[in-house]
Amino acid sequence: MSQVNVTINGEHIKAVEGMTILEAAREAGIFIPTLCHHGHLDAYGSCRLCVVEIGEGERKRVVASCLYHISEGLVVETETDKINNYRRIILNLLMHRWDNIPVILLEKYGAKNHSRFVDNMTYCILCGLCVRYCRDVKGANVLGFVGRGTIRQVVIFPNQAAKYCPTCCPKEMECLHYCPTGVISSQYYGSRPADGQKLPHAHPVCINDDVNILEILERVGHV
Amino acid sequence: MSYLLAKVDQIIDGYGAEKEALVQILLDIQHEFRWLSRETLLHTAARLGLPMNHLYNVTTFYKHFSLVPQGRHAVSVCVGTACHVRGAMRLLDRVSQGLRLSPDETSADEKFSLKTVSCLGCCALGPVMVVDGKYMSNPTSNEIAVIVEECE
Repeated sequence: MSQVNVTINGEHIKAVEGMTILEAAREAGIFIPTLCHHGHLDAYGSCRLCVVEIGEGERKRVVASCLYHISEGLVVETETDKINNYRRIILNLLMHRWDNIPVILLEKYGAKNHSRFVDNMTYCILCGLCVRYCRDVKGANVLGFVGRGTIRQVVIFPNQAAKYCPTCCPKEMECLHYCPTGVISSQYYGSRPADGQKLPHAHPVCINDDVNILEILERVGHV
Repeated sequence: MSYLLAKVDQIIDGYGAEKEALVQILLDIQHEFRWLSRETLLHTAARLGLPMNHLYNVTTFYKHFSLVPQGRHAVSVCVGTACHVRGAMRLLDRVSQGLRLSPDETSADEKFSLKTVSCLGCCALGPVMVVDGKYMSNPTSNEIAVIVEECE
């Protein structure tokens, strides 16, 4: 692995070729906010909070730092006005699904709740961490996505859960700890905060194998 | 093995049972049976070695895939902007009445499925209705009744 020189926020940094911008920045102690990124899992790029500007002058463009691999001489800006504005808008939109976004993020980027959107507090930001953990690390495929756009949501397949969950995660449901909005819960899992903490939950819809597909689609709002 | 699954197998084998061909396989299955039933999905998942959550993800992502039975005759009414201003809603009402179906519904005898679509690319004909690939510009209630009669 060869070393490459990159410039992040004006700082000259040596990094290993093949790293993403996010990894290089974190190694150098530069903060880039993320929600859908986790060291154990492949980069996914769904939350878009990690956007940064690369290049100089006319050729500047915005990329997701968790997916973009560095190369020799790359110039990165992580906190420009444009980037902060992007992050503010993303947080504004997320606030309508998740009302306890870390205050530190909201204050940093000045996000405020806009009344022109209808609140839909599902506490699921579709980061896919639970789904990816279950699929990529455990190979269990108990959780999945259905739908597209505003109706997209996480669903749970109870027959898969009955088959895999007891052996995969014998002590507790590990995927629950990956949820950045706090917790997911379901009839099958029970809810995570066993200590009686009253935290809001994301509720994945159950898809039973014997249930009529039409019924499922109605429940997830697809018909 | 039933005829249905044998046909599915034939389609899957046509693509060498490759995972990468999933969307194409599903398209072919849908073309054959007009919809994707639970059995065919389960069978496809088993044959391709894919988990069901992946198949649900794909089939609910693309609007073309239908997880509910579709009628033998597909009736689409355009409600795109150009058709809308030229009276697509009135046409949709007439078609709904003629077929006795609301949009996105399939008749009990699986004869007709009524769908609304957004632009068919022939705005000059608007408001447009398509029956089994045949385009019609602003058909009257009588013309719709004739179509209903003609279709098997």
